Formats: sequence, structure tokens, C-alpha cells
Amino acid sequence: MFSRSALVFLPQCGQVRNMATLKDITIRLKSIKNIQKITKSMKMVAAAKYARAERQLKPARVYGNGAVALYEKAEIKAPEGVANKHLLIGVSSDRGLCGAVHSNVAKAIKAKIATLTGEGKEVMVVNVGDKLRNILQRTHGSYLLLSCKEVGRKPPTFTDASIVATELLNMGYEFDQGAVIYNRFRSVISYKTDEKPIFSIDTVANSENMGIYDDIDADVLRNYQEFALVNTIYFGLKESTTSEQSARMTAMDSASKNASEMIDKLTLTFNRTRQAVITKELIEIISGAAAL
Amino acid sequence: MMAARFLRRSLPVLRQARCYADAPSGSAQMSFTFASPTQVYFKEASVKQVDVPTLTGAFGILPAHVPTLQVLRPGVVTVFNDDGSATKFFVSSGSITVNADSSVQLLAEEAFPLDQLDVAAAKANLEKAQSEMVSASDEAARAEVQINIDANEAIVKALE
Repeated sequence: MFSRSALVFLPQCGQVRNMATLKDITIRLKSIKNIQKITKSMKMVAAAKYARAERQLKPARVYGNGAVALYEKAEIKAPEGVANKHLLIGVSSDRGLCGAVHSNVAKAIKAKIATLTGEGKEVMVVNVGDKLRNILQRTHGSYLLLSCKEVGRKPPTFTDASIVATELLNMGYEFDQGAVIYNRFRSVISYKTDEKPIFSIDTVANSENMGIYDDIDADVLRNYQEFALVNTIYFGLKESTTSEQSARMTAMDSASKNASEMIDKLTLTFNRTRQAVITKELIEIISGAAAL
Repeated sequence: MMAARFLRRSLPVLRQARCYADAPSGSAQMSFTFASPTQVYFKEASVKQVDVPTLTGAFGILPAHVPTLQVLRPGVVTVFNDDGSATKFFVSSGSITVNADSSVQLLAEEAFPLDQLDVAAAKANLEKAQSEMVSASDEAARAEVQINIDANEAIVKALE
């Protein structure tokens, strides 16, 4: 008796198929085909932009390495133990669909903030690129000093870097040392989050090895430091765009591949469903004819 | 045969004599890097001398120059290669670093070989900038026009 009432309440609504009808499969197939066209064209665009970015990266690399050579050769570092102020410049871009580019930089920034605040030092963050701001705003919004938009549409120029540096210096945050955090381009399929140091004028002037450099007065050092800041930002921007375009290329490539796999599977399902519907109609016709 | 063996033995000696000596006073070679953001002219090359125009005056840099940092002024940079030839470039601004190991990094914001510059266009720009100077209103605009004038004057002087 119980089993009979259980049977009554079993839902039997029309075609209780887990597989969709032909109409549904057709709609899905069309939409996935459209998406595949879009991702393919995005891949082509990213490939073209990547080729140009890589070409421009070669001289920019020599230039950027020359700019930080002083810090490496003179082994300039800020005095330890003093409560100094830090500045982190995260370089990314506004546009998405490029893999883990933005989240890698954000992760590095968050880790650095954690270690620095743990040591009791003051940190502020400048982010170049809207995506970075979106990621950092939620949890580390209080550390954001300056935010730059409209990055990533056109290849970055030296003028862009100098605008960022000018605004940063005009903000008046007296930092002692800091770093530019960016994605260093290694190859088409790999990039690595890296950082380049930046120092304030006082830190450089008071560093021990600076004594060997002769004939430096405060004005010259200030000009030199401002120029070095722009150069470091420029270097980070160039490397970052190249990594971003190559990451976008690989991401869109795998998206197109996934889409074509889905299309294949769906086409098979479509054919099977079509054949099943035809068979069912035939059976109906035949059984109907047999009933006559 | 004896002569050949003698020659062969003396040759490595010759090569050793031509090698750069490990002088205790530091390397006698200058590793010269000259680049602008868009182009590299010299990358860790070895040159004999470089003449640069800086804010504190023009000076020439030879290997084992005393380390220094300087800021560039619009003017002509002359590079004397090892083989004696000299190439001239016009730089707008930038910085130069001479390190203790005799490496020199000359980073210019804009740098072009002199033959890519047009003296007529430079003169026209100079006149335009000088007339703008009269009508410049505030400090910032005046400073910009002054920079314009300085740069164009330097170009005209370099090309004449």
C-alpha cells in the first residue's frame, strides 16, 4: 500500500530526459561556436600585440637594466632597523582575460604588505592598472595611495611612466625605499613576478658606497633619482605588457581549444539525439500502422 | 721545422701579451651602455672615450674615470670607438653613471644620430619657441618654453 502511494507521487512531467531536446542543443551549439570565433580572434589580436611588445622590450630591457645598474653596483640599501616608509608600485593593466597576471602581482603585494606591517613599517601602494585596484580595494584599500587607469589599451611609452612618476612625487609621500612589482617576461608561455628596487634621495645619499662617486650635489642627485624612478617604472610597464599579451594569447588559445572540444561533443550528442527522435517517430508510425 | 716549432711556441706568448692585463688598478676597459627608451646604441661595448654634455659642463669619460653621477643637458654626445672613428648623437636629457668598475651607463630620454636631424626644422622650431616666450604667462609655461628654446638652440648649434 505504501509503495503504491509512493508510485503515485513520482513526478512524470512529459519528456523526463536528462539530455536536452534538439532545440536546446542547437542553441547551445550556436552560442559556443560564436564564443569560439571571439576567442580565436582575441588570440590573433593578442598575438599581434605580443609580437610588437616583445620587439619593443629588447631595447627597453637594456635601458632598464642600465637604470638599476647603479643600485646593484653600489649596493645601495636602506638603513636596517630604522622605521622607514615603504612604497610599492604594482604594475598591471585594466583588461582581463589574461590568465593569472593581475592576481600574481596582487598576491606579491599582499605578501609584502603583510611582512612589512609585521615588522612595524609603514607601507603605501601605488597601482598602475584598474584590475589591481579592484583586487586590492576590498582587503587593502587603506594602503592605496594612487591609482592609474587607462593602462593596457595602447603600448606604454616613456611619457606614461613619467606621468605616473610625476603624480607620485607630487603626492608628497616621503618614502625611504620601495619596489616596483611587475611580471617579468621569460618566454611565450612563462612569466614570473619580480621586483626592482627604488630608493629615495636621502637613502641614496647616505648609503655607504656613495662616497666613491664624486662631484655630486643635491640638485644633481635629485634629478638623477627622479629620472631613475621613471626609468624603473617604464621598465616594469614594458615587461608587464609583454607578459600580459603572451598570457592573454595562451588563455584565449586554450579557451578556443576547450570550445572546439565542447563543439565536438555537442555535435555527437546532437546527432545521437536526432537519430533517437527519428527512430522514435518511426516506431510510433510503425506501431500505429500495426494497430490499424 | 725548428722555426715552425719556435713560432708556434712564441705565438701563445704574443697572444698573452695582447691580452688585457689583470692590472690591480681595475679594468682598463670601459663597458659602455648607451640607450634611449626605444633604442639601444651601445650595449656593454668597449669604447675609447665618450664626451657628454651635462648640467655642470661638458666632460669626456675615459676608462678608469672616477665614479660619478651626472644629469645630461640637451647637446651632442660624441663616442670615440676603439678604432678611432667618432660617432655623434644628439641627446635631449637623461643621466650618466660611471661606476667603480669602469662601466658607464648613458641613459638618454631621447637620442638620435646627428644625421637624422634637420637643421631647417630646428631653426623654425627655435623661432616659434622664442616668439612663444613673449606670450608665456605663468612659471610652468615659461619653463616649458625655455626648455624648448634650449633644446632647439643646442640642435642648431650641433648641426652647424
